[in-house]
Amino acid sequence: MLFFVIRRFFSSIPTLFVVVTLSFFLMRVAPGGPFDLEQPLEAKIMENLNRAYGLDRPLIEQYGRYLANLLRGDLGPSFYIRDFSVAEILMKGLPVSMTLGTLAILLALGVGTTLGVIASLRQNSAVDYAVIGFATAGVTIPNFVVAPLFQIVFGLMLALLPVGGWNDGAVRNIILPVIVLALPQVAVVARMTRASMIEALRSDHVRTLRSLGMGQRIIVIHALRGAILPIISYLGPTAAALLTGSVVVETIFGLPGIGRYFVEGALNRDYTLVMGTVVVVAVFVLVFNMVVDILYALLDPRVRYE
Amino acid sequence: MSEAATHGRSLWADARDRLARNRAAMASLVLISLIALACLFGPFLTGHAYDKVYSDYVKVPASLASQPTEDRIGPALQRTASRLRATIASDTREGNTIRLVLTAPRAIDERSLAFFERSDLFHAAKVLERAEEGKRLTLLVPIERNRFLFGTDGNGRDMLTRTLIAGRVSLAIGLLATFVAILIGVTYGAVSGYLGGRVDTVMMRAVDVLYSLPFIFFVIMLVVFFGRNFVLMFLAVGAVEWLDMARIVRGQTLSLKRREFVQAADVLGVSTPGILRRHIIPNTLGPVVVYTTLLVPKVILLESFLSFLGLGVQEPMTSWGVLISDGARNIQGATYLLIFPAIFLTTTLFCLNFIGDGLRDALDPRDR
Amino acid sequence: MMDQAQFHIRDLHVRFRTQADELHAVKGVSLSVARGETLAIVGESGSGKSQTMLAALGLLASNGVVTGSAMLNGQELIGASEVALDRVRGAKVTMIFQEPMTSLDPLYTIGQQIIAVIRRHRTVSAADAKAEALALLERVRIPDAARRLASYPHEMSGGQRQRVVIAMALANRPDLLVADEPTTALDVTIQSEILALLADLQREMGMAIAFITHDLGIVRRIAKRVAVMRHGEIVESGPVEQVFNAPRHPYTRALLDAEPGGTKEPTPADSPVLLEAQDVRVHYPVKSGFFGRTTQVIKAVDGVSLTLKRGGTIGIVGESGSGKSTLGKAIVKLAPATGMIRLEDRALIPLSRAEMRPLRRSLQMVFQDPYGSLSPRMTVGEIITEGLLVHEPGLTSAARDRRAAEALEEVHLDAALRNRFPHEFSGGQRQRIAIARAMILKPRLVILDEPTSALDRSIQKAIVDLLRDLQRRHGLAYIFISHDLAVVRAMADTILVMKDGQVVEQGESENLIRHPREDYTRRLLAAAMETGFSPC
Repeated sequence: MLFFVIRRFFSSIPTLFVVVTLSFFLMRVAPGGPFDLEQPLEAKIMENLNRAYGLDRPLIEQYGRYLANLLRGDLGPSFYIRDFSVAEILMKGLPVSMTLGTLAILLALGVGTTLGVIASLRQNSAVDYAVIGFATAGVTIPNFVVAPLFQIVFGLMLALLPVGGWNDGAVRNIILPVIVLALPQVAVVARMTRASMIEALRSDHVRTLRSLGMGQRIIVIHALRGAILPIISYLGPTAAALLTGSVVVETIFGLPGIGRYFVEGALNRDYTLVMGTVVVVAVFVLVFNMVVDILYALLDPRVRYE
Repeated sequence: MSEAATHGRSLWADARDRLARNRAAMASLVLISLIALACLFGPFLTGHAYDKVYSDYVKVPASLASQPTEDRIGPALQRTASRLRATIASDTREGNTIRLVLTAPRAIDERSLAFFERSDLFHAAKVLERAEEGKRLTLLVPIERNRFLFGTDGNGRDMLTRTLIAGRVSLAIGLLATFVAILIGVTYGAVSGYLGGRVDTVMMRAVDVLYSLPFIFFVIMLVVFFGRNFVLMFLAVGAVEWLDMARIVRGQTLSLKRREFVQAADVLGVSTPGILRRHIIPNTLGPVVVYTTLLVPKVILLESFLSFLGLGVQEPMTSWGVLISDGARNIQGATYLLIFPAIFLTTTLFCLNFIGDGLRDALDPRDR
Repeated sequence: MMDQAQFHIRDLHVRFRTQADELHAVKGVSLSVARGETLAIVGESGSGKSQTMLAALGLLASNGVVTGSAMLNGQELIGASEVALDRVRGAKVTMIFQEPMTSLDPLYTIGQQIIAVIRRHRTVSAADAKAEALALLERVRIPDAARRLASYPHEMSGGQRQRVVIAMALANRPDLLVADEPTTALDVTIQSEILALLADLQREMGMAIAFITHDLGIVRRIAKRVAVMRHGEIVESGPVEQVFNAPRHPYTRALLDAEPGGTKEPTPADSPVLLEAQDVRVHYPVKSGFFGRTTQVIKAVDGVSLTLKRGGTIGIVGESGSGKSTLGKAIVKLAPATGMIRLEDRALIPLSRAEMRPLRRSLQMVFQDPYGSLSPRMTVGEIITEGLLVHEPGLTSAARDRRAAEALEEVHLDAALRNRFPHEFSGGQRQRIAIARAMILKPRLVILDEPTSALDRSIQKAIVDLLRDLQRRHGLAYIFISHDLAVVRAMADTILVMKDGQVVEQGESENLIRHPREDYTRRLLAAAMETGFSPC
């Protein structure tokens, strides 16, 4: 098992390398630079700035230097948010994004699987159609429509919850963003659970259980354990995406997560900030893919730790 | 009877029948056709151009009533009169025209009567009578009638026309990007699956790497790269969204390759292109069709997300995403700015999802 | 008789609602099983034999509707609540199914699954339940039972899994065991072991068995009474002896006659050699490890030689995994082989795809699965004439259509059906279509890879007759691959027995069956005989 984890870890290093390289060059090929303002700077100042940040060197040298720094864990200074290093910015944003993401994933998993199981047990009933309807709504209504609606209804009309702000992660402030963030995922998980439960309930080994009079509760447990596997592989990358921030939710609710920094960074050609975010997101994706593989191996005895 | 005996029903025909019995899918099909037709031909019928600015009608709420409303006419006349440096001596309504008497301390320059025409409330004024050396004018001012069923936006543009035009753009983007994604995905997946072996390993490894790239980053880079040209941009989005398609088609091809009817064709001596054309591709089509109907809404949603970030279609062109993000900013004062495009967008997405689900059930009756 | 009966089914109807219409699958079946007896319910696929028992136990698919009565020990099961049924199922009556590979939950160990069944129906401590589970595994003769408790289903063979399923079914000593084709998916030698096990367990535990099967040999071996079903009705029932020796209903007679009989006319001794193979090997490397090193080689076919004369038939017999199908595929170049394979004067193995193409005309193949071997989105006419597109590209479409009609008539199908699609045909008809596809090219050698295994007995016989007829008329040579000795005997001049990729024994058919030399051949024959095959 340990060997499996270690091997899995090392096999993700080339992927990370490709991601970093691709992003680095893609970003640099794009026109514009970090110091292009509305009014162009004087050539002399521009030159000095470029020299100070090493942007006047050949691209390949910059790339080599970036890689070397990255290996030492140094993500460099931010170009746009002056006086801050990228690491500092990310360390500030990450806890916010991760809090929201974790809660949203837990909500999605809990509510989504429950709804899916209920619907699958009452296939083609009113309950089933209600769940399908809700799930379809969840994936089709964009969250930048849901978010302002929630703000109006719960924040202004009912005045139950604040419409935005982080407030050091106070529960009242988190509720709305977490729900908005979780809603599409609840919908997807509910749909997937329903589909794979229906499949599992029709499987031969569930028929065996029924023929042995094992009862509804045990049948659901057995079916769900098999049905949960595809959901885990869906949630892996999704969790990585949610934990590393949702641009829309963070923008609408005014939350200082890394999703916002990323978009601002990209728009302002803040090379180091964008690269830093990309690296963090890629690491999250790789880690979560690894977690999925490990969970799979733990839950499904047919998967062997080679 | 003999007709039935000699002419078989293909699996496609069976699937079509099953789909026809699916009420949600059929209703969705009708609804989405109506939306598409409305977006295609509607803008010619609304009487407004999508980029025409009615500066006198900024943020007019949605209503069936014709504009201008009575309470707008008085102030508008006052405003125009003061531009002519004149005062209104009297105004009398005769149906849709106003008989207006203006007086001024100095002679009124008749060229400046064009202010009436320039206003969005009136047509060109006609001089009936000139008195006191041009210091007193009697005018006939026809009222310009307009209807804004969905209201007007912050710049005074007709929301109905804009919503329909936006629909054209969103649907076109959805179809275009999906087409690109399908084209790349099917080719890549079929080649990878059919060739197999080391080629397959390398090709799928590349897909894995692309999967772990932060997607938003990719799109934003592409937008920056292609400079917000929406056709190019969505070719690019399509170029990103093909990954799932490639995986689906590859999996299908791999399993089809092992099927006995493909081996049978091999034994008959059928060439590789013949096998792909007659045996592999027709049988991967089902999942491709289903995935297509689910990819279109995904792309439309993605476009609206980019618009929300301010990276979408450029003014005065518009898309549902642009309108919605605009509406979301004005949600407190002018809810109708959000409501109408949101209804169009979500209805379209709902319909496409139901059609996709219906197709899946129809093509794979096992999952019922 | 009636008073001892502990299980009665009376006037049972099963209907399935589909979207378009209603399917009346079981039409008023009545039967009874007495304490401790074995009743065989026999019928071909679609006769409603499984649906009857599933309905009685409340296990129908959700679109199935059942009416009538099914009484177990005086308790009515039809219409009973799920909760009431769950107290009966697993305790008083249990059912085992055909597919041993899928009927156990892959995510739980064997021990967990057996213990759960025990503790569900009886108040037993965990330790006692574990001891009982161990005893059960030993009772169904699973070697190394203590270790097997911690095994997962995928770590066991099909036969062992079926033993585990039986152990679970008998864990609470039920009064009635319903066995739905429990041996059909297994190799003959294992089939015979499982049947022996069931008979032993019945002696020890005294439960009644309702045994559902399509195989008359099994009925003869295990049952005292038999009910013959067709189209959802019981057409005849009574003691096995009586029904088999003096069948009253024509369908029963047809079923009994359906065992493929007769033998092939011998091939003239001076017939020229058509196909010769020497030392054919098909080895698959197993790649593993990070760099894809070849760590192991699977020898699917390992040094097989054979000679086939024009107009002759070689039967290749073996159990699953013996390499018999791979050998067939190697001859038509569907599997990569080394060694020498010569069709008349052409060596096949060195040929490229393009060089092979003209030869394919004379070298055709018919596959096992009549559902999988026809392209589902093409019409039958298109399927049959696909070979003509390759080998006679000059043909007009009218000429092709005429050839399709002729080919269909040759396999006794209505030529008017050529515009239909494969899914509109039954299994037997599809196999005829597959044969027509091969025949239209006028081949000289046809590889028949288990062409009858997926079919009902009565249809098997018709296909065997058709194949023999075609052979006579066109002077065809066959390589007939099968696990079924009865069918092979009816088809082949000589028989090759394969095991683990190698030929164990070969010889002239009758001689080999009557006087087997090798131990493995004897075991195969013995197992086949127990399920009804007679070598005389």
